Amino acid sequence: MIERPELWYVIAGLAAGSFLLRFTFLGLVGDRPLPEWLLRHLRYTAVAVLPALIAPMIIWPAATGGSFDLPRGLAALVTLAAGLWLRNILISITAGAATLYLALYILG
Amino acid sequence: MRATTPKTPLHQGIRDAAPFILVVSPFALVFGVIATEAGLSIAETLLFSIAVIAGAAQFTTLQLLTENAPAVIALLSGLAVNLRMAMYSASLTPHLGAAPLWQRALVAYLTVDQSYACSVAAFERNPGWSLRERTTYFFATCIPVIPMWYLMTLLGALIGESIPESAALDFAVPITFLAIIAPMMRTPAHLAAALVASLSALALTWVPFNLGLIIAASLGMITGAQAELMLTKRGLFQ
Repeated sequence: MIERPELWYVIAGLAAGSFLLRFTFLGLVGDRPLPEWLLRHLRYTAVAVLPALIAPMIIWPAATGGSFDLPRGLAALVTLAAGLWLRNILISITAGAATLYLALYILG
Repeated sequence: MRATTPKTPLHQGIRDAAPFILVVSPFALVFGVIATEAGLSIAETLLFSIAVIAGAAQFTTLQLLTENAPAVIALLSGLAVNLRMAMYSASLTPHLGAAPLWQRALVAYLTVDQSYACSVAAFERNPGWSLRERTTYFFATCIPVIPMWYLMTLLGALIGESIPESAALDFAVPITFLAIIAPMMRTPAHLAAALVASLSALALTWVPFNLGLIIAASLGMITGAQAELMLTKRGLFQ
């Protein structure tokens, strides 16, 4: 159970922080260029944070009490393969969901 | 029959962003469902989407709160996912930086993957556009996408409780993220960053307060940046 009012603080903080991230440069920095080393690291934030977030969710899913689950593992593999190959978000999600339901149905 | 008149920035913006409805809607719908399953009220869920408008960050924060991570960690991780918005902001500045402050504030609130991607592409295609045409185009790209984000979140929250546990919705988040991440693997540097980050995250689950996520992400970012430097030196990076 998510505690209140912590939830509201976090939503407010995320809203304010996200706005500042979006506003800082446009509103305050103007068009002065950013240092190249900073841009080089920023380029990899999304491809680092998101995989780090989901890797444990895939290997140790909470729904199965944290033990590896073959249908979920297969679904993740198919989604990733479809995404790398076709580069289409919707097709990849559909392929992953289809694999998950099929595997859950067959493997129980 | 007249020859077709050139489309105004308003029409172009709406038309260019329209296909993204297909991407944004399911994502918002899933967020609505997952949030209510995590115990958020319908009002809290909708407010979350209106206040933040950033799917990946919303999922990240919600996931960590569900895992009972400390609020500060949930907040910092969500903001880390949104760091790319700072890059978007920086790259929009040369095009929209001269707009009045209230418009720049509104642009900032509405800066999402879709409005950013459409706008930067359109500004590069149309270097002759006036500031007014550029701001009009930016706001036009938001017309199909942003209201849909709110609406679909609300719909997801409303139907959330009627979805049975056998639907295995717990796995909607990893599948959606995998589908979003995979096309981002444009270079070996991106791939290296993702690999190091995910392996580190698995190795660091013992670190208290979910700090393993922040450490793993930092290691991934450093790996990506270093790989880019190495590849550039050898002339392999485009």
